[in-house]
Amino acid sequence: MRGLQLSLNQTQKLRLQRALDQLESLSSKANSNASVAVADTIPVNYEDCVLKGHGTLELDGEVVATLCGVVERVNKLVYVRTLRARYKPETGDIIVGRVTEIAPKRWRLDINFSQDAVLMLSSMNLPDGIQRRRTAVDELNMRSIFEENDIVCAEVRGFQHDGSLHLQARSQKYGKLERGQVLTISPYLVKRRKQHLHYLEEFGVDLILGCNGFIWVGEHVEAKGTLIEDQTDKAEQLNTKSSSSTFMSLEEQERTYTSLETRQNICRIANAVRVLANLGFSVTVEVIKETVYLSSSLNLDIHEMLGSEFYVLVAEGEATRKSMFTKKKG
Amino acid sequence: MEFVSPEGLRLDGRRPMEMRQIRGEIGAVAKADGSAFFEMGNTKVIAAVYGPREVENRSQQISDQALVRCEYTMANFSTGDRVRKPKGDRRSTEISLVIRQTMEACILTHLMPRSQIDIFVQVLQADGGTRSACINAATLALADAGIPMRDLVTSCSAGYLNSTPLLDLNYVEDSAGGPDVTVGILPKLDKVTLLQMDAKLPMDIFENVMQLAIEGCKAIANYIRELLLENTKQLEYRRGP
Repeated sequence: MRGLQLSLNQTQKLRLQRALDQLESLSSKANSNASVAVADTIPVNYEDCVLKGHGTLELDGEVVATLCGVVERVNKLVYVRTLRARYKPETGDIIVGRVTEIAPKRWRLDINFSQDAVLMLSSMNLPDGIQRRRTAVDELNMRSIFEENDIVCAEVRGFQHDGSLHLQARSQKYGKLERGQVLTISPYLVKRRKQHLHYLEEFGVDLILGCNGFIWVGEHVEAKGTLIEDQTDKAEQLNTKSSSSTFMSLEEQERTYTSLETRQNICRIANAVRVLANLGFSVTVEVIKETVYLSSSLNLDIHEMLGSEFYVLVAEGEATRKSMFTKKKG
Repeated sequence: MEFVSPEGLRLDGRRPMEMRQIRGEIGAVAKADGSAFFEMGNTKVIAAVYGPREVENRSQQISDQALVRCEYTMANFSTGDRVRKPKGDRRSTEISLVIRQTMEACILTHLMPRSQIDIFVQVLQADGGTRSACINAATLALADAGIPMRDLVTSCSAGYLNSTPLLDLNYVEDSAGGPDVTVGILPKLDKVTLLQMDAKLPMDIFENVMQLAIEGCKAIANYIRELLLENTKQLEYRRGP
């Protein structure tokens, strides 16, 4: 099992196995055996015409899978949904990426796709919040916005004609992420939902579930508010700056300070994500929260969350949760 | 030397048409996009696939397809005598090339333009047939990485000693100096992607030996398919609806 190098004792092994078996029986009830491996023939009804989607290939009149995954059918379309694979972008996805390079008028971001994504200077809000044409000066000051290795949250804008992937960050909620940690998990574990940016109030933590499998857990930052407010803020800041520069640096220090409690919460949430991802369970806010509560109700230390006992407990919790869910449905 | 006893048993107790025990495992390297471990008897190899990812060297970028790279290494402890081999010696460069060409033939590279796929294979324990084991491991790793492929590639070797065709040679049989035919096939398409032989064989015998190797490849393909299907099901039910 990937990433799961645990020394389980005999009972733990049995319990984990039982939980996983329970999950298996639940899923086999839910959907028929639609899994395929590479080069398997996908059974289709040839009487009606078939549209071949991703992960399929026509071979001697048969539809053959080119990937390992699950066959999905939508009307005439037949495609294979992969599980473990690199991220496949869709327009409008919220992603977290890392800046790899600064090029003229653009940043290149690593987003776990087959190529680096491009974030144009013109497709993001300037820090001063004014809408205007980007000048050469702006271009020279690009490093003051994002530098190499910065973590950035953005939205997928779409593919350009030349096949490159473009991003945009035209809102205050996007931008540079600071004071937290980024986790890399397999993208198939993150489901596309309405909400990907979460503020967990009880922990004072921001959680971003990037569709590309990059998860951000960081200290909560207040949204900078509307444009007009922003400008007044700026004016005030300018005033204070002129009055006393020493005071400003103190304030700066205060601004970058993260309390111990918040830092512990960040680590706890991050470890919850790690446990879930290593077990191969889908990662959603609800499940993450549940895992965090479970760990704190057991009075576990943060590092103990990565121990084998907690893995088994999480697996058992997932199994009971899923069985409850199916019972409710049925 | 007698490689097949009068009772029809080989040195390691197998029948001439018998393959060694094969075992595969998916997900051996945590950080890789896809990885696998493959074992044919005492030959053990590990493969890791990274990509498709941004091309490291811009000048190598191909605008309409992916760049496939492969690196084959033998661990120092893989053979009986511990010799420190320089990286990139003739033998490993040749095998890297062979594996690269074999895998490139089955990867649908045109679906991933301007990207690169790196395949790293390392021999942990060598007992003949490392080439075949590496190709099988690389197939598993590529499928695990979710890279679209025309078909699975599987490989197996066969030889001809004591006027008997032998399947899946081990080190002792391999170093006997007889012909060693390594075959790689696409089982579904029924095509050959790799054929190597470093000796002479009469035409009719060669056909027998090659047929034997192809049978071996098909058996391995069945095993690999089962393994991938089981892995896919596991991932799916864990993820849930």
